[in-house]
Amino acid sequence: MFVNQFLFLAAVLFCIGVYGVVARKNAVLMLMSIELILNSVNINLLTFALRNGSTDGHVFALYIIAVAAAEVGVGLGLVLLVYRNKKTISVDDLSEMRG
Amino acid sequence: MKLFASESEVLAPLVSGWFLEHAWLIPVVPVIAFALIILFGKRLPMKGSELGVLSMLSSLVLAAGAGYQWIQRTNSATEEQFVEPVIKSWSWWRSGGFDFGIGQHIDGLSVLVLIVVAFISTLVQIYSLEYLRGDRRYTHFFAALTLFSGGMLAMVLADNMILFLLGWEVMGLCSFMLIGHWWEDDANSKAALKAFFTVRTGDAGLLVGITMLYFSANDWTQEHLGVSGFSIRGISAWALSGEPNSTVITISAVALFIACIGKSGQFPLHTWLPDAMAGPTPVSSLLHSSTMVVAGVYLVARLYPVFFVGLDILGSGGNLIMIIGAITIVISAALAFVQNDIKRVLAYSTVSQLGYMMLGLGAGAWLPAVFHIFTHAFFKACLFLGAGSISHSASHHSFDMKRDMGGLRKVMPITFITWVISTLALCGVFPFSGFFSKDEIIDNVGHNGYTNFMIIGLVGAFMTAAYMTRATYLTFFGEPRGASAGENSHDSHDSHDSHDAHATHDSHDSHDSPATHDSGGSHGPHESGLLITVPLMILSVLALSSGFLNATPFGESWERMKLWVEPRAVEVVGVTHSGGPGEALIITAPGAEESHSESVCGSATPESGICYAPQLKHAPFKWSKAILSMFIVFLGAALSWILSLLLFTKRDRRLVGLTQRVKVLGLGHKFLVNKYYLDVLYEKVIVRSIAYPIASAAYWFNQNILDGILHGLANSTKKLSGWVYRNIDQRVVDGTVNNSATFTKSVGTAAQPTQSGKVSQYGALLFSAAAVAALVLVIINT
Repeated sequence: MFVNQFLFLAAVLFCIGVYGVVARKNAVLMLMSIELILNSVNINLLTFALRNGSTDGHVFALYIIAVAAAEVGVGLGLVLLVYRNKKTISVDDLSEMRG
Repeated sequence: MKLFASESEVLAPLVSGWFLEHAWLIPVVPVIAFALIILFGKRLPMKGSELGVLSMLSSLVLAAGAGYQWIQRTNSATEEQFVEPVIKSWSWWRSGGFDFGIGQHIDGLSVLVLIVVAFISTLVQIYSLEYLRGDRRYTHFFAALTLFSGGMLAMVLADNMILFLLGWEVMGLCSFMLIGHWWEDDANSKAALKAFFTVRTGDAGLLVGITMLYFSANDWTQEHLGVSGFSIRGISAWALSGEPNSTVITISAVALFIACIGKSGQFPLHTWLPDAMAGPTPVSSLLHSSTMVVAGVYLVARLYPVFFVGLDILGSGGNLIMIIGAITIVISAALAFVQNDIKRVLAYSTVSQLGYMMLGLGAGAWLPAVFHIFTHAFFKACLFLGAGSISHSASHHSFDMKRDMGGLRKVMPITFITWVISTLALCGVFPFSGFFSKDEIIDNVGHNGYTNFMIIGLVGAFMTAAYMTRATYLTFFGEPRGASAGENSHDSHDSHDSHDAHATHDSHDSHDSPATHDSGGSHGPHESGLLITVPLMILSVLALSSGFLNATPFGESWERMKLWVEPRAVEVVGVTHSGGPGEALIITAPGAEESHSESVCGSATPESGICYAPQLKHAPFKWSKAILSMFIVFLGAALSWILSLLLFTKRDRRLVGLTQRVKVLGLGHKFLVNKYYLDVLYEKVIVRSIAYPIASAAYWFNQNILDGILHGLANSTKKLSGWVYRNIDQRVVDGTVNNSATFTKSVGTAAQPTQSGKVSQYGALLFSAAAVAALVLVIINT
C-alpha cells in the first residue's frame, strides 16, 4: 500500500481547496473548492479504510458523497438567488453581514 | 432397487446445444431494445418501432432454436429418464449472508411458454405498426410493449423466485403504462390504476409465499442440492421430499395462489381484467393471450409440486385451486352475455378460459392445462386482433357491438374467417385447437374423480359457445348499424366508451387526412391493411392446427406435448451437486427395472432419490365423451343463434324487453350488468370501511381526548405561569439577562472589527484556526 502517496494527494487537494475558498471571489468557484476539500477527506477515509481492512471508511465516504451532492444543490440555489437579487456572484460584494 | 449411473445401461447422455445454453439471451434482447428505444427511439426513421419488432423477432429465433434443441434433448433420453432442465445460475448480489442468484431454468414448460410469448409479441408488434400509426406516444408505446414482453420472458425462464418476482413486477408496471397509454382520458388512467392496484393486492401473497418457502426450504436444498431456497428446482424437490411441514407448505401454497388470483384474473380479483380493455387493442391482445394473465397460471404450473403437496391436489374433494377455477369459469361466462362491448366479451372469455386452466391444474391435469395456455394464446390473440381490425377499419374506433357493428362479414372477409376459426377453437369444436386442450381438461377432471367439477366445466363450455355465438352474430351478421352502416358523425364519438380515446385523442385530426390512413379518405367499412390481416391469418392457421401437437384422440404417437413438455415423475438418484456457477448439475436416473412400476413421487417420501415432478394420471380418450361435449357446445351455439336471430334481427315481441317485463330476469340482468356488485364492494365497502372508521375515530380522538388534555394543561399552565412570571421571571431571570446583556454588548463592541462581512476573511480565519489547532494536537501527541 502506498499510504503516503494517498495521504499526500489528499493533503495537496485539501490545500488547493483551502486556497480556493480563501482567495477566490467567485461564489461558484468557492463551492467547487469546498468540493475539493470534501473529496480530499474522502481519499483519507478510504486510504485508512483500506489499510485497516475495514469497510467503515467506505461507508463514511459514501455518506460524504451524498451530503456533498445535497450541499452543492443548496449552494448553487443560494448563488442563483443572490445573482437574481444583486446581479453579481462576487462574494466581496456581499458584505451585508458586517457588524 | 436403485441403480446408479455407472451400473445402468439404459441411461443416455442428454444432448444440449448453443440455444439451450444461451437461452438467457431471450429476455436480454428485448430489455436492451427497450433501453435503446427510450434513448434513441424518437430519432430513428420508424420512431423506434423497428427496434421493438427486431428484438422480438430475434427473441423468437432464439426461443425457436431452444425449442428445437429441447426436443432433441428429450428425444435423446430414454422413455423413463428424467430430462434434466438446462440450468445456469450466477450470483446476482449478496446481502447479509443471503445469496441472490440470477439464471435460467430451461425445461419443456419454459421453452413452450417462451416460444408462445415471443411469437405472439412479434405478431402484436407488427400489427401495432399499423394500428397505432400516428399515435402521439408511438415510441413510448413500443418501448413499453418491448419491456413488457421482456419481463414475461425473464419471468418464464427464471431459475429462482427472485428473478421470477422481478419479471412479474416488471410486467405489472408495464401493464399499468400500456393500459393507461391514452391517459388524457380519465377513465383510462383509472383503469390502469385499478389493474395495478388489484394485481398488487395479490402480489403481497407472492412475497409472503417466496419468503416462507425460502426460510423453510433453504436448509434442505443447501444440503441435498447445493442451491438456495429461492431456486425453483430446489423448492420443487423439497416439496416432494416428504420433508416439509404440512402447515407451512399449505400456507405458502395459498399465499402463492393469492398472487395467481390477482395476476390471472381469477374470482374474486378478476375485476381489473375487463377494465384493462381501456388500453390499445394490441395491448389487450398481448395481455390476454400470452403474457400477464398467463403468469399466474404459469406460476402454478412452475411450482406445481408446492401446490400439489400444499393444497392436496388429487386428494378427495375439491381444493382451493379447483374451487376458484370453477367459480371463475361460470361467473365470468355469465358476465360475457350482458356486454355490448366486443372487447369486454373477449375479456370475460379470457377470464373464463383462465378458470379452465386453473381447474385443470387443480385437478391434476397439468399437461392439458399447460397445453391450453399454448392453444389459447393463438386463438385469443387472433380474436382480439380481429376486434381491433373491426374497430380500426369498419366501426370507426368503436367497440360497441349493438350500436356500431353488424353485417360485417361481407366487407371484412379475412377478419370474418379468422374470427370464426378462432371462435370455433375457443368453443372447443373438433378439430380446432381448443378441442384438444379444453376437452382434455374437462375429461381429466372427470377422470381424476371430480365429477361435480367436470359438470361445471361442461356448463362453462355450453356458456362459451353461447356467448361467442351472440358476439359473432352481433358483429358479423344482421343489418349494419351505426358506424358500420356508414354513419360517422363525430358527435357520436364523444358519447362512446373510454376505448374511444384512440379516436378522440390522436387520430381524431389525422384521421381525416388520407395520407395517414390506408382508407384513403373513405370512412366506410373496409378490410384492414396487410400489416393487420397477415398476423390474423397466421394466428388463425395456428388456432386451427396447433391442437394437433397433442391430439390425444389419434393415439399415443400424436401426443408430442406429453413427450416434450411434461416432466417425467421418476425418482432421480445419484445426485452430484458439485456444479459451480454456470455449470449444470450432473444427475443420473434409475435404471429400467422399475421403470414400469408406479412412481412414488408425490404420494410418498422418495427413499433414496429426489423427485422433481409428481406422478400424474392421464385420462384415456373416449369418443363418447368427446361427442357428448361436442353436442353440448353445439346446443349452446344453436340456442344462442336462435335467440340472437329473434332478438336482434326479427325483434320478436316476446323477447324484446323481457328483462323489463319479468322482474326476476330484470334483477338478474341488473346483477350481471353491475358485475355482481364486486366493484361496489371493493371501492365503496371495503376501502370505505377501512378508511372511514379510521378517519372518524382519529377525528373523535382528536376532538375529545387530545383537545381535553390540551385545554386542561393550558389552564393549569396559565395559572402556574402567572406565578412564575411575577416571582422568577421578573426578579431572577430578568436580572441575570440584563446583566449578561450589558456584558455581551461590551464584548461585542470590542470584537466588532473582525466581523467584516467578507466570506473570504471568515474562511481564512476558520482555516488558520484549524491549522493552529492541528499543530497543537500534533505537538501534544508527540
